[in-house]
Amino acid sequence: MPFSFPPSIEPFVLPALYIVILVAVFPLIAGYIVLLERKVMADIQVRLGPMRVGPHGLLQPIADAVKLLIKEDIIPAKADRMVFWLAPVISVVTALVALSLVPFSKYFFVADTNVGLLFLLSITSVGILGIILGGWSSNSHYPLLGALRSTAQLVSYEVALGFALIGGLMVAGTLSMQQMVHAQLEQQMWFIFYQPVAFVIYFIAALAETNRTPFDMPEAESEIVAGYHTEYSGFRFALYFLAEYANMVVVSSIAVTLFLGGWLRPFPNVRLLDFLNYAPILAMFVLAFFVFLGASRERRPIDKMGLAGLGAVCALIGLLFLVPAVLDWVQGLFWFVLKVFLVLYTFIWIRFTVPRYRYDQLMRIGWRWLIPLAMANVIVTAIVMILF
Amino acid sequence: MIETSPTSTFLDANELVINMGPQHPSTHGVLRVILKLDGEKILGTECVIGYLHRGVEKIAENRTYMQFAPYVDRMDYVAAVSNGLGYCEAVEKLMAIEVPPRAKYVRTVLTELNRITSHLLWLGTHALDIGAITPLFYCFREREEILKIFENYCGARLTTHAFRIGGLQYETYNGFEEQVRAVCDTFPGRLDEYEMLLTNNRIWLERTKSVGILKADEAIDFGVTGPVLRASGVKWDIRKAMPYAAYEEMDFDIPTGENGDTYDRYLVRMEEMRQSLRIARQGVDRLPAGPIIGKVPKVIKPPVGEVYHSIEAPKGELGYYIVSDGSTQPYRVRVRPPSFVNLQALDRMVRGLLIADVVAVIGTIDIVLGEVDR
Amino acid sequence: MPESILNGLFFYVLAVVILGGAIMTITRRNAVHSAIWLVVTLMGVAGLYLHLNAEFLAAVQILVYIGGIMVLFLFVIMLVNLDEAAKQRQFNRQWSLALICTLVVLVEFGFFLMRGAGSFAFAEPGQGALKPNTELMAVALFQDYLLPFEIASLLLLVAILGAVLMAKKEI
Repeated sequence: MPFSFPPSIEPFVLPALYIVILVAVFPLIAGYIVLLERKVMADIQVRLGPMRVGPHGLLQPIADAVKLLIKEDIIPAKADRMVFWLAPVISVVTALVALSLVPFSKYFFVADTNVGLLFLLSITSVGILGIILGGWSSNSHYPLLGALRSTAQLVSYEVALGFALIGGLMVAGTLSMQQMVHAQLEQQMWFIFYQPVAFVIYFIAALAETNRTPFDMPEAESEIVAGYHTEYSGFRFALYFLAEYANMVVVSSIAVTLFLGGWLRPFPNVRLLDFLNYAPILAMFVLAFFVFLGASRERRPIDKMGLAGLGAVCALIGLLFLVPAVLDWVQGLFWFVLKVFLVLYTFIWIRFTVPRYRYDQLMRIGWRWLIPLAMANVIVTAIVMILF
Repeated sequence: MIETSPTSTFLDANELVINMGPQHPSTHGVLRVILKLDGEKILGTECVIGYLHRGVEKIAENRTYMQFAPYVDRMDYVAAVSNGLGYCEAVEKLMAIEVPPRAKYVRTVLTELNRITSHLLWLGTHALDIGAITPLFYCFREREEILKIFENYCGARLTTHAFRIGGLQYETYNGFEEQVRAVCDTFPGRLDEYEMLLTNNRIWLERTKSVGILKADEAIDFGVTGPVLRASGVKWDIRKAMPYAAYEEMDFDIPTGENGDTYDRYLVRMEEMRQSLRIARQGVDRLPAGPIIGKVPKVIKPPVGEVYHSIEAPKGELGYYIVSDGSTQPYRVRVRPPSFVNLQALDRMVRGLLIADVVAVIGTIDIVLGEVDR
Repeated sequence: MPESILNGLFFYVLAVVILGGAIMTITRRNAVHSAIWLVVTLMGVAGLYLHLNAEFLAAVQILVYIGGIMVLFLFVIMLVNLDEAAKQRQFNRQWSLALICTLVVLVEFGFFLMRGAGSFAFAEPGQGALKPNTELMAVALFQDYLLPFEIASLLLLVAILGAVLMAKKEI
């Protein structure tokens, strides 16, 4: 390298770069998760979903973002202006900070501290403040009710979530997110097989923590309009939205890291399956193939060109992956993102299949079932670990 | 209306008074419910209606009998066919016009199909209120098939104005019977599909069982009719009790519930859709030939007198009370809308429950504000 | 850049944040604003822990105090009638007595600070930059001081039961 950083700064350069990438790229990814959600929803509900902006609605997230950004900024007359301004910022900052602790791959992570998971939990727990303050500062009844609901919900499900994670942590023996993945590599087993109960509890609690159906009480639109962000519009609303999807990604990432083998490919120790290492290349080419197929079916020339261009980009990326060094770097990221998206897909799937619980029922499930079950799981795990 | 007492200190948590509606997503239109809450618990409610008041009954006094017929479609706009049937039959009763059998059968078939569309809309929105988003789209898919029959028959999908005083305006179109049979064939499978999504769904059960209980005697006291009454265990259906149109010759059951809770009302309506299919199929199978309109004078001028005629609309008893002074315009028309009467039971049903139950109960009463406010 | 200056800088910035937050907490009229400033103070304390390489403690500080206790504080504040509280007088009028007490305490502090000036230094961070102090903490709590730990938790349990008993209208 012709140019190198002084040693005192050097360890901060790569993380800083990653932070910039995350902060810059994540809103875009969140936008496309929304598109994915709408497309999956449409598929479940026998319709097409967004189709107008760009081929197959591919530019819809950008149109949505632009719309939100240029909307009039409304602050209710009797709102607490400072707190109203602060609340979405708290939400989005905590959500993005939490992303910094996620190990996307062996190489791609911002920080790996030895209390990683604990720190992640504590950061997300601060995010609750954004919801409460947002609901309170609007000075309106529905947001206040939403805020009260979410506070009670998040605080109680955090307990179950924590206990479920402890089950996984006992097997992993570390709080560091990277070490967890390595532990699964060494023990040659994804922890979901050691801790199925913990995973189920974690998954349910995660649904509640991210306010997803069937636990979307804080923003149940048919009951309390939009819950804590009823009075928010435009950019501030976009911030809440972004925080919500960032939180979804974070909880899915924790699930993937602790229970589903993180950035490891399936069966990393089986030599016979080494060909799976080339899956990213294959995936890109298959993607390119389908995009080209779609392009040939488009009627409008601009859509045709757009899709063809996208296909070409996919094919080029596939070609780039043929370089061993690039493939090695992308390998873990590919599997990690794939797993995270599978978890996200499950979230979405559940959302459009089941009705919503009532507030008191939600509490009952949390306190009467999940927490005792999670505690029992921890105790049983401890006993088994001591005996064997 | 509700004030905090002057002696309250800052540690007294206020009773919260919130407005649900008129622009609330799940009050099914422009109903406004003032809720008095302790936390999320309902201490009391007060319905404010009239946001959709158009003075339909007053309009009737300034229109001829024929001219008024399209207006009734705009009351319960999701069951326009039923509204039209009730009005036409009331005027026919007043003038003692005999309706030919073919017209009666077509009326019965269309009304029952309309009952299904109304129940489908109820099911979709009710499930949506409780948080299940997807059934709505399935319901609209099936509703579309039935609306196509209406469109083919009379050119309109929603406010159909399908019937005329004395019979029908139009003969059925080619393929009417086949299209109705096709709906009768496919629809039971679709109903099973909805039931698969909801009936045994744990969350659905928890949200609807023992929610908004209305006991049989209370229901009678409130004057509640239709599926809400039948779910409380009262077997009262005007189609059987005071048969009109061609219902006397039809073979169908009246489903009833036991507990009078939201879940029972759901089951009753689901079963009613099946029974409606039975009636519709019998109707097209036995469709007699003959004229479609009876002997109706050119100018409709009923004799002096008054008449009350009620039918079983999808939402309950829909009654028309018409007073004639012998002119071409009614002296007074009074409509007994089922939604308006059923809505009175809301307060009884939601007291002591939570906000989430209010939307469930409003959904289960199945109101249409066009009818409540008229 | 010398490490010690950086350390000192961190310390003083955090100290200003903590003290400033604390002052703002007690002077705000609006209880929610007070709570927000208290959050800032607690964040500063967590920063101090982090500064001393006690990252476990820092994480727990945020998790328990901000994520748990402050959230519940806000929950309660939102439930009570704030308008009544805002009308009440925030400070009492016994300025003179308060001033005397504060002066006495200040003099006391000043005296001891002068006497023991030599022993005040920045606490040394724990040995080894990122030693896993989670384990150390666990060993301390669950092995070395198991009995006191259990007694403390029992005390807390009793307190919780008492609170529930007092809050419940009928048992």
